[in-house]
Amino acid sequence: MKEILQALVEIVGTEFVSDQPEERYLYSMDPGTMPAREPDFVVMPDSTEQVRQVLLLANQHKIPVVPLGAGLVLSGLSRALKGGIILDMKRMNRIIEVNEMSRYALVEAGASQGMLQAYLKKHHPRLKHSAPDAPPAATIAGNVCIHGSGHISHAHGFHSDMLNGLEVVLPTGEVTRLGSCATSDYWFSRAPLPDLAGLFLGWAGTTGVITKLAIKLYPNYRFNDVGVFVCEDARLMPDILYRMSETQMAEDLTAWMTPKPDWARGFLHSNINYGANTKEELIWKRNLIRASVSEYIDRKIAGFIPMPAAMKQPFLEVPARQLSRFADVRKGGGFEYVGVIMPVDLFAEAYELGLEIASRLSVSYSLGARIIGINHCMMFFYAYAFNRADPADVQRAQRALEATNRAAVDMGGIPWKAEAPAQKEIIRKMDPNMFALMNRIRAVLDPAGIMNPGNWEID
Amino acid sequence: MYELNYDPQICAKCKTCDCLMKCQYIDFELAEARVEKEKLLNGQDTRILQECTTCYSCEEYCPAGNHPFYQIVERQEEKGFLPVPEPITKQQLTMMEPRGTITPASVSAPVINMCYFPMLTDSIRGKLYENTSMIVGSDIFCNIMWLHFGKNSAIRERLPRMIDNIQQFYLKDSGVEEVVCYHDECYGAYTQLAPAFGIEVPFKVVHLFEYLSNKLDELSDQITPINAKVAYQRPCSNRLIPQTQHWVDDIFQKIGADRVPREYDRDNALCCGQVLRAQQRDDLADDVQKRNLDDMQQAGVAYCVFNCPVCMFTLADAVAERGIFPILMSDLCQAAVEKKAE
Ligand SMILES: Cc1cc2nc3c(=O)[nH]c(=O)nc-3n(C[C@H](O)[C@H](O)[C@H](O)COP(=O)(O)OP(=O)(O)OC[C@H]3O[C@@H](n4cnc5c(N)ncnc54)[C@H](O)[C@@H]3O)c2cc1C
Repeated sequence: MKEILQALVEIVGTEFVSDQPEERYLYSMDPGTMPAREPDFVVMPDSTEQVRQVLLLANQHKIPVVPLGAGLVLSGLSRALKGGIILDMKRMNRIIEVNEMSRYALVEAGASQGMLQAYLKKHHPRLKHSAPDAPPAATIAGNVCIHGSGHISHAHGFHSDMLNGLEVVLPTGEVTRLGSCATSDYWFSRAPLPDLAGLFLGWAGTTGVITKLAIKLYPNYRFNDVGVFVCEDARLMPDILYRMSETQMAEDLTAWMTPKPDWARGFLHSNINYGANTKEELIWKRNLIRASVSEYIDRKIAGFIPMPAAMKQPFLEVPARQLSRFADVRKGGGFEYVGVIMPVDLFAEAYELGLEIASRLSVSYSLGARIIGINHCMMFFYAYAFNRADPADVQRAQRALEATNRAAVDMGGIPWKAEAPAQKEIIRKMDPNMFALMNRIRAVLDPAGIMNPGNWEID
Repeated sequence: MYELNYDPQICAKCKTCDCLMKCQYIDFELAEARVEKEKLLNGQDTRILQECTTCYSCEEYCPAGNHPFYQIVERQEEKGFLPVPEPITKQQLTMMEPRGTITPASVSAPVINMCYFPMLTDSIRGKLYENTSMIVGSDIFCNIMWLHFGKNSAIRERLPRMIDNIQQFYLKDSGVEEVVCYHDECYGAYTQLAPAFGIEVPFKVVHLFEYLSNKLDELSDQITPINAKVAYQRPCSNRLIPQTQHWVDDIFQKIGADRVPREYDRDNALCCGQVLRAQQRDDLADDVQKRNLDDMQQAGVAYCVFNCPVCMFTLADAVAERGIFPILMSDLCQAAVEKKAE
């Protein structure tokens, strides 16, 4: 162990490696319910070359390596399940290039959502990226590689769909570029080359370490507005969302259902966010959206909540703070949610499931969904807040999460950024040949099995 | 219980149908107005029930004081013509529900009734409000807003409780007999709506503008004239109490504000648009707001003065975008007496 520590110090410098109990404790957990797992070392590289050297060392000594962004995934994916090194990427946070004309940004893997947002606001006010509602410290790489979604996902899909290219360090130490950047100085797209980026998307850091990535940027509209449409019948939701999405006017379409405040209990809200460069265009878009659901409005069974500008503000915020506020409702710093990727058709069943589990297991809940693409699918979330200082509360939330994961898989959905136990639920239903292929790929890329072991495994 | 004091005979005999003919939002020929009114009286379906914007104005137009608007709302509820989609109505009913958290408190006159506008309580400060008591909260909310939702039943159920709360929790034991209503809605509720429904009000009410006007007299030597052109956004609830309109002019005169003539002022005032949006009539709301704001801009005003907080929340941004300063009447008066008018 001493030699490994020394070797790591030689790679990143004394200040950026630790095997001390304080750091090992802090890096042993995330805000979710998964039990703490202490790493042996925490390492903070500053360059692709340092990452490469760390991986060569780990590969040589068969030491597990767990890449870490902000550790906000909540499902314990960046815990060191088998000990080893937590590779904290936060120092590699440079924004390398913004190509205004081709609308992309090239960043290092540790660059955070907040940093890019602030940078664009200052230097490229006509552009924005699709930010998730995660706290601004969340990294762009950590979010893209889990197939995250955010404020432009209704218009443009998962954040992984917005990825133009990657620089990755393979577990065996090779530095590889994927996408147009493999052949050109420009990071403009993943087409037309064979698309190998998928080897690092959805794998929970088990195939390599992303060191740079380019993502697409989008017009930052001068004027933005939101409509909050409310109804009482979950069975109407797929059609409401279908109609709204048919207009293709929105950047973001989300649903929320929460028992607090009292006036919201039992109602289903759809927030539709859209933008424009002139007020006239904004009103035109609003009218198209409104017309799409006029049948429900005319029957008086649903409608847009009238909101003065100040009331709209929280719904126009990026990231939206409401979920973070709910996350703290039980105090004690515990929060986790099951996000299930599923067809919009299943909305009513998904909603009933959440209500049933929350009532059966007595947990504080908030339910919602982000529509990904124009109704192509949704990320339906079941958020359970808990007080981390109260073991009984943690256990209640854990049971709710497990029950939700299991039922969601049975319903035809797939838990997103699934915890290790939920990954097993997914594997249980997965085409065995797909799982076999995953294992063959991992064996090729990571012959020593060092990358985030304990994930995407049966046992 | 709490029967509406409405005489169908008066309407049946009415030759002018002012309630419909003067309506700013629905166009009628006199013959048609009579037919539709007749339908309303007979409990039949009529376009009045569907198209009414619930602007309250026909309460002002009816020369006989026969409460045509309350009758429309009564019929809307009876026949299930919801002006606002049902989920929104239900949410609002819960949102504005009395929380039952009121506790007895001793007050001393003058008592300013802030209705359910806790966000405006900071306005009650400075020389204008020295030595006043303030009451506020869901348990004293006048509940007149349900007129916009076709829900007279909610008014019947909640308003008497609110009146009783004010009396029992604040006034009775303090030996106070009078409240100053910050908002036209409360003043209208206690002086015009409550009697129309036979609801007893055991205390006296004073309109905020009367209070302000008297205060400005007391502080006349400390007033720095505003010296600016202003527009006044008359709220819908003032249609219940047109007799209070003159206070607006009195106050403006005392603080040196010039209420310039414009098309959509006084009897021709337009709705702020918020209720129209609740009714999902964005096109109409856009049109009404645009006409109103164009009019203010053409009149060259520096301030748009509100009394209704909802009108203010609704129009403030749009007004400001036109270079006009949105301000509550109370705050404008503060500015005049605190020498901060710029
Ligand atoms: C209140 C709240 C709201 C949220 N809202 C959203 C939302 O709207 N949309 C959304 O998508 N998510 C949301 N999240 C979930 C999560 O916070 C984000 O997805 C976040 O972007 C994850 O990024 P991270 O940097 O924290 O990743 P981490 O948690 O650090 O890592 C996530 C996974 O990626 C791997 N990884 C990280 N960096 C690398 C790398 N450089 N190379 C290889 N693998 C790597 C890790 O090993 C881990 O498996 C929310 C979370 C919270 C707390």
